[in-house]
Parts: sequence; C-alpha cells; structure tokens
Amino acid sequence: MSLADNHIVSSFDDDLNQLADKLAEMGGLCEKLVGESVDALVRRDIPLARRVIEWDRAIDRLQHEIEERGIMTIARRAPVAIDLRQVVGALRIANDLERIGDLAKNIAKRVVALDGQFQPPKLAGGVAHIADLTLAQLKEVLDAYTRRDDKRALEVWTHDGEIDALYNSLFRELLTYMMEDPRNIGFCAHLLFCAKNIERIGDHATNVAETVYYVVHGVPLTEDRPKADLVSADFD
Amino acid sequence: MDATAVAKSAPANIGARPQPLGEPKIIARDVNVHYGEKHALKNVTLDVPEKAVMAFIGPSGCGKSTFLRCINRMNDTVASAKVSGLIQIDDQNIYDPSLDVVQLRARVGMVFQKPNPFPKSIYENVAYGPRIHGLARNKAELDEIVESSLKKASLWNEVKDRLNDTGTGLSGGQQQRLCIARAIAVSPEIILMDEPCSALDPIATARVEELIEEIRRNYTIVIVTHSMQQAARVSQRVAFFHLGILVETGETEKIFTSPNDKRTQDYITGRFG
Ligand SMILES: Nc1ncnc2c1ncn2[C@@H]1O[C@H](COP(=O)(O)OP(=O)(O)O)[C@@H](O)[C@H]1O
Ligand SMILES: [Mg+2]
Repeated sequence: MSLADNHIVSSFDDDLNQLADKLAEMGGLCEKLVGESVDALVRRDIPLARRVIEWDRAIDRLQHEIEERGIMTIARRAPVAIDLRQVVGALRIANDLERIGDLAKNIAKRVVALDGQFQPPKLAGGVAHIADLTLAQLKEVLDAYTRRDDKRALEVWTHDGEIDALYNSLFRELLTYMMEDPRNIGFCAHLLFCAKNIERIGDHATNVAETVYYVVHGVPLTEDRPKADLVSADFD
Repeated sequence: MDATAVAKSAPANIGARPQPLGEPKIIARDVNVHYGEKHALKNVTLDVPEKAVMAFIGPSGCGKSTFLRCINRMNDTVASAKVSGLIQIDDQNIYDPSLDVVQLRARVGMVFQKPNPFPKSIYENVAYGPRIHGLARNKAELDEIVESSLKKASLWNEVKDRLNDTGTGLSGGQQQRLCIARAIAVSPEIILMDEPCSALDPIATARVEELIEEIRRNYTIVIVTHSMQQAARVSQRVAFFHLGILVETGETEKIFTSPNDKRTQDYITGRFG
C-alpha cells in the first residue's frame, strides 16, 4: 500500500500528508475525549466533564479544516485512484470522528446534569466496561487508518457485534436495577443513554473501518466478500 | 467470516457497475510493430467496444499513436514500419491483402492533434470525402451531407452563413470540429482521435468533448489523450500503454479509482514509476 509519497509534484505529497496528519490529530483528540467523558461519568468528575464539552469545539474545528483541505486538494490536484481514495477517505473519517466527538460531549453533558444525584458507583460499572471495549476498537481502527492496514480494519469491523451484544446485556442489567429500586431509575436512564452513545461510537468506529478498507482496496467492504479475496485484491 | 460479521448488514453494492459495453468492434491479437530495429508495440491484445469511447493513455513514446495508426493502416505509409499480428473490424481481417485500403479508411476516420483543414472552403472541406467516395448523387444530396455533418460536429450554427470562407480562417477549436465534421461526412463506423484537444483552449476542448459525448452512441471512438481528466470525462474504457506494452485495460471508473497495475497507478497519479 503506497502512502502519499513519490509524487513527481512533491507539494501534492505535502497536501496529502498534511491531511493525514490533521486526521491523526483529530483521531487522538477523539480517543482522549471519549475516554475522559466515561472517566467523568464513572468518577463523577464534573470539572473533567466540562473540559470535555469545551474540547469538543476543537474537534469541530479540525473537521472543518480537514474538509477545507480535502476540497482544496480535489480542486487543485484533481486526484485519481489511490490519491482520490485517500482524500475521500479522510473526509469521511473526519465526519465519523466529528460525530464521535459529539457523542462524547453528550455523555459529558449528562454527567454535568447528573450533578448531585449520583447513585452507587457499581451501577456505572457496566457502562465503563462497554466503554473500554469501544475505546479499544476506536484506537485499533485509528491505528489501522494510520498504517492503511486493511486486516486490522477488518478485525474492528468484525468485532463490532460484541459491543452490540454487550449493550443489549447492559440494557437488561440496568432494567433490573431500576426494578430493584425505583430511586435508581433516573440515574439508570441516564446511564442507558450514555451506553447507547457509546454503542454508537462503536458504530462510527466500524464506519471508519469500512473507509480504511475502501481506501486500501478501492471496493466497498461487504459481508459476502470471501476472505481469501481480501488479501489478493489489487496490488501491494 | 464469523457469525457476528454475517449478522451485520453492510450495504449491497447496488448500482455501482456501469452498463456493460457492447460487442467488440475491433479486436487486436498479438499485434507487434517494428520501426526498423525499434520494437514499438509488443504483443498487444485488445478489444475495442462498439459504440463507445475508449481512451488510450500512457507516457509519450509508449506506442499509442502507433497502435491507432494500425487500425486504419496508416502505418502502411511509413516505410520502416512492420506490423504483425491480427486486427479485425467486425470479424474482418483488415490486413487481408485483398482488402481495399481506401474503403477501410472511409470506415475508419481519423482526427489529428493539430487541426488540419484543407486550404479550401469550409464546404469543400466537408464535401471532399463524400464526393471522392461517391456518397452523393447530386449537389442537393451533397449539401445535405455537408449540413448534417456540420450539425453533428456542432459547428453548423457557427459557419452556416460563411460556408465559402476558407476553413483555415476558423479558430483552432472550430477547425478541429471542422476536421471532425470532415471525418463524419463519409459515415465512418470508427473515429480515431490522436490528442484532438491538445492544441485547444479549455472552452474549445469542452466543445469537442461535448461533441464526443453526443456522437459516441453512433460511432466507435478511440481517443489518445495526455489529459487524465479528459480520459476520465469522455471514455467508458481506458487502455494504459507503457514502453510498447499494453499494461491494463478496464472500465474508466475502475481505472481511475482503483487500477490493478502499479504502473497504471503511478502514471495516472503522477508518481515516479
Ligand atoms: N515513423 C517512425 N519511425 C521510427 N520510429 C517511430 C516512428 N513513429 C514512432 N516511432 C517510435 O515508436 C515509439 C512509439 O511512438 P508513438 O506511437 O508515436 O508513441 P505515443 O503516441 O505513445 O507517444 C517511440 O519510441 C517512437 O520514437
Ligand atoms: Mg502520439
């Protein structure tokens, strides 16, 4: 897989590399905010939650910047083949990351709203667990993007089912807490929304995985695609 | 793939494939061309689809024009050129010794890089071919052919009031469309274009491209171009040549989004090969 190098017009390499750098920066920030939003929830850390809400603006700004750079690159360089896929891939991934930032912010806002009505920390344990798994997926897929590693992207894509399954069991768990003691209902309902947000972060990580696959292979990732074909497709 | 993956609903790849192209109009098998010692084309095997535009791309000197000139036997006029292999148009071997080359060239029109109208009137430029091929029985029929050819070449409105002016007095873009009208006038089945827009400004280029788009359903068109964007815009299939070898052919969408061969990718993306 060729990265953005070796163009005869070297400033074209610069354009593509800067786009990738911005995206890496945005990805790192997303990871941080998702992690901190869940920490804030588990540790009842209102100041941390407020910081997450603040920082989401930086993510929006980065997305905007990536979009402008991407559009500028399309207009100026008229990229084709792998270059076109890199640019389109960056735009798509920036979109998913922006949504992830929003979802983290949403969790942080709930933490702020919950101020004063926190319940026993064990209730948040399940949410922390699904968050760990999701964060691992997010890290993995961002790594896969940086390395243009289609196999790791495929791993992420395949494992998304686990997050969905975990969400469903968490849903049932929280229901039992609510039935046990109606005073848990308000808090658990908030937790449920947080868990749902995390589950959706997982979906966006899966979208990123699909984009990485597309950038590498030039064809969409579909479930009926035989695995043997994945390795041999296109050139290395 | 495991159960979780199968349970995931990924969108099916619906509508992503363009319409399949028609039967091949031209087939080439193991075509080799030598100019003296120089081996300019090496074992080229290729199908050109009927009533569609195929673009030939590749670095200068890779043999695009050489291959184009094989299709209407223009290489016959180059003393040092030796052509071997098989080229058929509609199942007819065009290198068959019994074939009439003049007839062949009426079926296979050609438009060159530099517009080359005859130093005669606009009318005569278009009328010349039909006249020598005896396509018109009288002046009225000839007028009719001239008008319809100029219309097909999207030039009629610009020249209808000055058909007797000389063709060389037109702008570069108009001259090129006049050359296309001249090629169309003999009702060819195939039109070969060798970098037809490289001497034209963007507006004149857009006019020629629009014209290609309009006529492509009625003709088999092969266009050599150095503009990747032009190839992407006008063609349905692309053939990439490199050092006398046909490296890759494919649907235009495929070539410009994910070519199979690294040499194709390096060339179209502007990388060092
Ligand atoms: N008439 C000729 N005599 C000798 N060599 C030629 C002649 N025409 C082309 N060639 C050589 O054949 C090769 C292919 O040329 P050409 O078909 O014109 O390439 P392209 O159109 O792809 O630029 C080049 O190396 C060129 O120098
Ligand atoms: Mg040439």
